Amino acid sequence: MYAIDYEDFGTPEPADATGSVSVEIDGRTVTVPDGTSIMRAAALAGVRVPKLCATDTLKAFGSCRLCLCEIEGRKGYPASCTTAVAAGMKIRTESPQLTQLRRSVMELYLSDYPIERRPTDAEAKTELLTMARTLGVTSSPYANGTRHQGAPKDESNPYFTFDPNLCIVCSRCVRACDETQGTLALTIQGRGFASKVAASQDQPFLESECVSCGACVEACPTAALTEKSLVALGPTERSVKTTCAYCGVGCGFEAEVRGEGADVEVVRMVPDRAAGANHGHSCVKGRFAWGYATHPDRQLKPMIRKTIRDDWREVSWAEAINYAASEFKRIQAKYGRDSIGGITSSRCTNEETFLVQKLVRAAFGNNNVDTCARVCHSPTGYGLKNTLGESAGTQAFDSVMKADLIMVIGANPTDGHPVFASQIKRRLRQGAKLIIADPRQIGLVRSPHIQADEHLQLKPGTNVALMNALAHVVVTEGLSKEAYVAERCEVDSYQKWKAFVAEPRNSPEASESITGVPAERVRRAARLYASAPNAAIYYGLGVTEHSQGTTTVMSIANLAMATGNLGREGVGVSPLRGQNNVQGSCDMGSFPHEFTGYRHVSDPVVRKSFEDMWGVRLQSEPGLRIPNMFEAALDGTFKGMYVQGEDFVQSDPNTHHVSAAMEALECCVVQDLFLNETAKYAHVFLPGSSFLEKDGTFTNAERRTSLVRKILEPLAGYADWQITCLLSEALGYPMRYQHASEILEEIARLTPTFAGMSFEKIERLGSIQWPCNDEHPEGTPTMHVGQFVRGKGKFWATEYVPTSEKVTSRFPLILTTGRILTQYNVGAQTRRTGNVVWHAEDVLEIHPHDAEVRGISDGDWVGLTSRAGDTVLRARVSGKIAPGVVYTTFHFPETNANVVTTENSDWATNCPEYKVTAVEVVLVNQKDAWQKRAREERALPRQEHKRRDRAPA
Amino acid sequence: MPMSVRVYVPGDAGATSVGADEVARAIAEQGARRGLALELVRNGSRGAYWLEPLVEVATPGGRIAYGPVSASDVPGLYAADFLSGGKHPLSLGPADRITWFAGQQRLTFERVGIVDPASVADYVKYGGYQGLRRALSMAPAAIVQAITTSGLRGRGGAAFPTGIKWKTVLDQSSAQKYVTCNADEGDSGTFSDRMLMEGDPLALIEGMTIAGVAVGATQGYIYLRAEYPHAQRALGTAIAAAYQARYLGPDVAGSGKRFDLEVRLGAGAYICGEETSMLESLEGKRGEVRVRPPLPAIKGLFGQPTIVNNVVTLSTVPWILTHGAEAYASFGTGKSRGTLPIQLAGNIRRGGLVERAFGLSLRELLYDYGGGSASGRPIRAVQIGGPLGAYVPPSQFDTVVDYEALSGIGALLGHGGIVVFDDTVDMARMARYAMEFCAIESCGKCTPCRIGSTRGVEVIDRILAGTDGERNVRLLEELCETMVQGSLCGLGGMAPFPVQSALKHFREDFRART
Repeated sequence: MYAIDYEDFGTPEPADATGSVSVEIDGRTVTVPDGTSIMRAAALAGVRVPKLCATDTLKAFGSCRLCLCEIEGRKGYPASCTTAVAAGMKIRTESPQLTQLRRSVMELYLSDYPIERRPTDAEAKTELLTMARTLGVTSSPYANGTRHQGAPKDESNPYFTFDPNLCIVCSRCVRACDETQGTLALTIQGRGFASKVAASQDQPFLESECVSCGACVEACPTAALTEKSLVALGPTERSVKTTCAYCGVGCGFEAEVRGEGADVEVVRMVPDRAAGANHGHSCVKGRFAWGYATHPDRQLKPMIRKTIRDDWREVSWAEAINYAASEFKRIQAKYGRDSIGGITSSRCTNEETFLVQKLVRAAFGNNNVDTCARVCHSPTGYGLKNTLGESAGTQAFDSVMKADLIMVIGANPTDGHPVFASQIKRRLRQGAKLIIADPRQIGLVRSPHIQADEHLQLKPGTNVALMNALAHVVVTEGLSKEAYVAERCEVDSYQKWKAFVAEPRNSPEASESITGVPAERVRRAARLYASAPNAAIYYGLGVTEHSQGTTTVMSIANLAMATGNLGREGVGVSPLRGQNNVQGSCDMGSFPHEFTGYRHVSDPVVRKSFEDMWGVRLQSEPGLRIPNMFEAALDGTFKGMYVQGEDFVQSDPNTHHVSAAMEALECCVVQDLFLNETAKYAHVFLPGSSFLEKDGTFTNAERRTSLVRKILEPLAGYADWQITCLLSEALGYPMRYQHASEILEEIARLTPTFAGMSFEKIERLGSIQWPCNDEHPEGTPTMHVGQFVRGKGKFWATEYVPTSEKVTSRFPLILTTGRILTQYNVGAQTRRTGNVVWHAEDVLEIHPHDAEVRGISDGDWVGLTSRAGDTVLRARVSGKIAPGVVYTTFHFPETNANVVTTENSDWATNCPEYKVTAVEVVLVNQKDAWQKRAREERALPRQEHKRRDRAPA
Repeated sequence: MPMSVRVYVPGDAGATSVGADEVARAIAEQGARRGLALELVRNGSRGAYWLEPLVEVATPGGRIAYGPVSASDVPGLYAADFLSGGKHPLSLGPADRITWFAGQQRLTFERVGIVDPASVADYVKYGGYQGLRRALSMAPAAIVQAITTSGLRGRGGAAFPTGIKWKTVLDQSSAQKYVTCNADEGDSGTFSDRMLMEGDPLALIEGMTIAGVAVGATQGYIYLRAEYPHAQRALGTAIAAAYQARYLGPDVAGSGKRFDLEVRLGAGAYICGEETSMLESLEGKRGEVRVRPPLPAIKGLFGQPTIVNNVVTLSTVPWILTHGAEAYASFGTGKSRGTLPIQLAGNIRRGGLVERAFGLSLRELLYDYGGGSASGRPIRAVQIGGPLGAYVPPSQFDTVVDYEALSGIGALLGHGGIVVFDDTVDMARMARYAMEFCAIESCGKCTPCRIGSTRGVEVIDRILAGTDGERNVRLLEELCETMVQGSLCGLGGMAPFPVQSALKHFREDFRART
């Protein structure tokens, strides 16, 4: 059910049409691709055939029997949804007999529906009751029969209800769970009249395998499955297209709202079927977990304090901004120009990110700008730039539908990138092969109808050795594409690489003792990858967050080049970006050494273009990276920081080290939705705005730039970009934009890859994948077609160097970290939504063997200790993890896994080695001292706002 | 030392239900006590169920039959020296000369009740595996052509020409094809599949092997209803024996061709006798009807080209290959070629299996073979073709048994089961039963069947209760029309047939009961 007027053609477009056929439907001639259903052909001809079980997002099912039609020369009444058109067919969709049959079927439906009571507004708008009205059926002659009425509603899911009394057993929810989401959590239980929709083993939705993606709710043609927000707030009035603010999939949404002006309320978020990234699908976070935006925890007034030990004082915007500006000026006067810096946010828009780095470079006068991508995908930028020539993924998500083999390395798509995971699963169910390289048994390894062909369960920190072993097999077994390499790559670098990986020490057999992966399995995987017509690699932070993160990225690019798997659909090297705008924040010049579009600050031509536009002289030397800022702070040379929308005290490794650095600052300005962990070290707090409160653009993992639209007025008064402008003005550097679109215009003028972008064009096309310029005016879904951006692809010999983080008798286990589906990063958003019902705390996954020798049972409190620090959390004994490895998430400040992680980092980019920390785990009975302190601080009373959280709790 | 005597006591489920196991045990024990050498064979039933348990003794003068034998008769049989064919009140003389069998034309059932179902050697001795040998010497297209020429149509009920189905599968190019046997015999009053699987399972195995050779399928599945444990055992034993004798496996009869065969059990759903539901169930899914097209012959089991045929259909294939397509086609009438194993059940004096060429009349069947009702009262109606078949009144008993003639009177031959009712039957209650059966067995996918069948029962109940009778009869007729025209598959589409035929021929029964 949709508030927006969405035309449903009843059945999907045929997948493999080769020609077209003309048919006559109710006297109208229509030409459609062969394989098109009569129903769809009719819809295309403007004839709407009655239907209930059909919708064009799901395969035709043929169960409701409302869409029956007559075909000249054929007996009976075939269903128009399941019958394909054939040339010359003459079809009637209306006749007295058809009307009688449809009315009779509707009478049967209504005989098991509570028609005796007045429907709610939401119910009255459902497809079922709309169809009943269309057919003129308002009652049923089958009075007093057996019915399914009186069954209790399932209210267990925090976001939607299931009312079996309103269910017509059309299976749309079941099919959506199967076909769209791929979880197969729903089924029809029982048979005949007793058939009913059941989650897993007829459990409440919350306890079932349901991942709460909401596809079932959207598919339901009655009010059986309904968003609680819709019930609470009432029918929606209009919708606004926008883009999700969670992961790097960048789903397009229709925000369905009611009210006007200051009274606008979001009723629900409905994934946009026209959106290129998600095609109408979404996950539990994007669809449901947006209530944080109006959560009472939002700090809506600017605040300042002299020292971090003082109490906060709410002040006017002017006072806060002026105080921050004066402090920055004072610090620069005392400690020098380079003593302050700024951090851009991967959660904010391109325009906001751009302004923060502009502020640093133009108003601060240095290059001390960095971004949270430092701690996630900086090795991707570096590694792909130096091999292929561009710091971004090579494909569109849709490319996966042409892949014959999918290799997932160090990523957990079903949790981290759930909507893309559903697309991967669709392709896998069509028969594509799957290789997974991951220390854990992630969800994709084995799930309904999915089984990885090879799971290379390597030891954390040995990616490069594994990649070299795969390359060794390709090279020594003659599986490389020599002609492709000769045409497109630097032959010299290829020969060197080839000789390197062919060395016996890089063979799977030699690597087995390093990676722990049986050699034969590596050989099979390499053959599968190299022999597939189209093989695609997707990778995540399990690749980048290592001391050899960049090396692994290069080794991936090497493998793809050597096997000819770049430059067309179905192949490629695709980083799965963690945050909504991490690609964009990198593109926007957030790194200390690069302007927008990854151009080095030392390039005089590029620098001059910025100097001309901005009217200031810019520095040619790179500034400080985040870890360098911390070091400089501890050294006393770095004293001030402007942090927009990032909580590195929780997210960055070795928390104690970070905290010490933060304490050394004289002025830290934090701009955020919430008083986060970093704000504990702030002197100025500037209340930020959520994605619902501003205009701008996000760029997702496939370089797709989409519009974010202002749906609510900023709760604290300003969009984040406006706050940056205020600060800049106060510092004496003018920044005057009337609208975010003007910032994008400036970006386009300064950045060749964005040259053709504008709000107007994105609006028109829906979204644009950069590069977007004169050569590719509508964007570039697939990169490196014909030739690499770099010219010739360059191979790099990727020597495996073991991390210095080694297991010892004191720290005998390896900790690796990651995310789970329902929580998101530091949890600032998701912890303030109903999602906490699924994951209320971080837990430590530990293998049964490791647990047993330590006397640890499932649910016990355990102490997790590394050389950096210690924390306490609950154990989950799990066979999904290999012996010797433990795993946790970092969503909760209460546990803060990053107290334990170390300052080790990638050799090229300083990306922290989150994925490998030597630890010990012991059974304990109380929390750690720092956790108790933190808990007491958090227990302090919070002021409340008049604007309450209006999303369901 | 005299040669050991072969004694046949059927292991058939129908025979054991009337004490055949006890009889077999008594014969063995008492024979041993008397120091007599006898070889007890648990054969299938010949299908004369009123004579079961039918004990046969192999004598130099042929197989002498005794029946119906109970365990308490066994001492008397020994006393009468039945092992030598001695006279006894239960003596029926040579089995093959029992009149009831003598007039039949047993092609598909030629060995049922005669061979040892567990023995490949016995099967071969009675002409088994000649069809496969012949097939292996032919081109695949020639085998398919022979089946087409024979005129064999699907005996499961749909009567689709088997050769055309096979040709469709043959014409698909696919790395994997399947032969599946629908052994989910669920129609009321039918038991021919069960008798075959229990009495001559190797005929089915051979038929499936020939099908595999013909279309290039290397894997066969028999989808057997779980309610047939005897058949499951018989098939298991026979398949193992066929593997042992290398008639199954990687090198079928030394041809170098592979054919593997497995039995898969159903889980108690009538709908899984519908071929697409059966395929879903075989795949391990919920047994729900698939939308056609695509046809199973093009996209069937696991999406691959698949033959789906009934037990009788496949078991007829060896005879056709052995004796020639023309020989088979010489039986029958019109478009109904060959023979049909008809099953007589219900209120009938001589119930059982009659295999005859198409073309004899219902009357011959009911009176000449069946001997009229068991109760001795006049027959008022018969239901043909299972629980979804129409009720036929005596005025139509001269209709001949063939697909077209029966469809001409609005009836269906189906799987060839005939259930007989005498004049005490309440046809409104029978109509109610048809709806109730549909309600119980509906898979629940399509609305007319899922909700309609339950409403149908309720409407008939209201008619019987005298509530708004005329209006409800009209509503019932309208509902039947909706189910017939609107249902997704034959279950909902045919469940109204018995109701409509009862309304047509026995409308007087649709009245209020006191």
